[in-house]
Amino acid sequence: MKGRRGRPTQSRSMSRTFIILALLTALLLIYAAYAALVLAPTELTMGPVQRIFYYHAPSAWTAFLLFFINFIASVQYLVRPNESADRFAKWAAVAIGIIACIAAFVVPLPAGIEPSSVATTGIVITAAYFLIRRYFSEQGTDILALVTAEVGVVFCTIVLITGPLWARPVWGIWWTWDVRLTSTLVLWLIYVSYLMLRRFSTSGETPKLAAALAVFGALDMPLVYFSIWFFRTQHPQPVIGGGGSIDPRMLRVFAINCLAFTCYAGIICWFRYRIERMQRDVEETRALEALLEPRGAASGGAQ
Amino acid sequence: MTKAFITPSGITRATLIKDLRLEWRSKDAINAMLFFALLVVVIFSFSFDPTAEESRHIAGGLIWVAFLFAAVVALNQTWARELRNQVLDAYRVSPAPPNALFMAKTLGNFIFVSVLEALMAPLFVIFYNLRVIGSFPQLLLLTLLGTWALVVNGTFFAAMSLRTRSREIMLPLLLFPISIPAIIGMVNGTTAILTGEDSALFWLVLLATYDLVFTTGSLLLFPTVLHAE
Repeated sequence: MKGRRGRPTQSRSMSRTFIILALLTALLLIYAAYAALVLAPTELTMGPVQRIFYYHAPSAWTAFLLFFINFIASVQYLVRPNESADRFAKWAAVAIGIIACIAAFVVPLPAGIEPSSVATTGIVITAAYFLIRRYFSEQGTDILALVTAEVGVVFCTIVLITGPLWARPVWGIWWTWDVRLTSTLVLWLIYVSYLMLRRFSTSGETPKLAAALAVFGALDMPLVYFSIWFFRTQHPQPVIGGGGSIDPRMLRVFAINCLAFTCYAGIICWFRYRIERMQRDVEETRALEALLEPRGAASGGAQ
Repeated sequence: MTKAFITPSGITRATLIKDLRLEWRSKDAINAMLFFALLVVVIFSFSFDPTAEESRHIAGGLIWVAFLFAAVVALNQTWARELRNQVLDAYRVSPAPPNALFMAKTLGNFIFVSVLEALMAPLFVIFYNLRVIGSFPQLLLLTLLGTWALVVNGTFFAAMSLRTRSREIMLPLLLFPISIPAIIGMVNGTTAILTGEDSALFWLVLLATYDLVFTTGSLLLFPTVLHAE
């Protein structure tokens, strides 16, 4: 409320930052595409088709990152109004970080999972929780949740389209009900239903309903993963990845693409965030004007 | 009489008894569910035309898909009934704990769907020539856990879809994606027990975990959903 007067100047400087960052991201994306198509060496067995990997895997990473932010923002939107719940969630976030750091080195992990990556994930969860808490208002966390879900679904769709395109020449099949493919598909389904709920809801408190659904979706994901993992280990499946060593140039190109896609998603989210914010401001102002209308025409909208 | 209804368990009991009595007198939900499930059974048998050996392998899937679709019929009526005469609004402004209402509705649905399952199971046995090779108590436990998984989330999402346009369509759209692990557990556990080829232990544990997680989640979040006008 109080910042309304200062908004135009703030907004102008924000637009400049936005344009500069958008241009940088565009350059980075162009370089990343060039690196993926030209600089990276051609894979020995799969040939040029492997290059889709530089598009596929960074999209997956971006989608998961966005869904993760969506979850944290949704939790905050639910707990913020209630002081004790807020405090509890804050301590839970700290506890998750600490437990992940200790458990990673104490509990024996399945092969292929590094203890350091588990510890890092734990710290990232705690850090993300407090960063979002620090920089987003209650209304802001809702917009953040909406925006990350929308953009995340787009990136997840890219993953699900590029995957079969790659699988067809390499595996000889478009799709297999393997654990990673299937859980990504289920994740996509859950977030599409999330967006549908937001679209079809007539409630004045759609954000609350959507946040509850997002929390349910996040609770669901480990169960989805384990159930499909167990289901699939009983069935034959195509071999994914033949082991062997990776050319360091490939790894570098992959890292550049990951960075570029993350920046790209960040820019789109920011842009979408501003549009949504503006739209809500406009709606709020309209509602306020309707209330203050001197003639009694607007009395119906007051509720 | 009225004094007993003031405690949360009293409210749960009163609402549950009311719902059961309504259902007993009208038999709306159970008739619709039964007929729907029967149609699914018949259509499936035309679609797949299985032999006795094949049907044992696919029966787990058939049974649960039929129950899932039929359960949606009952779940959709859960809250819609309370909209008439603003009963839900009255509940919302009353000091009664929302979770007492949620438990009553969940228990009510659990009873409806269990009755449906008990009535439909003989039909499945007859139409698909089924015979349980594995342990029957395990099958019973799996059915109870699976039904609870369906019903607890279904009741929660039915309350959520109450505030949407075309709410009857919205419920399955919300419920099915979240229920996927439970459905995998129910179908594979049932198949494992019917064929006697595998142990169903993992699926029982999975369903129990699912029930625990989502019952807790629903109880924590239901007050928010109920009050979202």
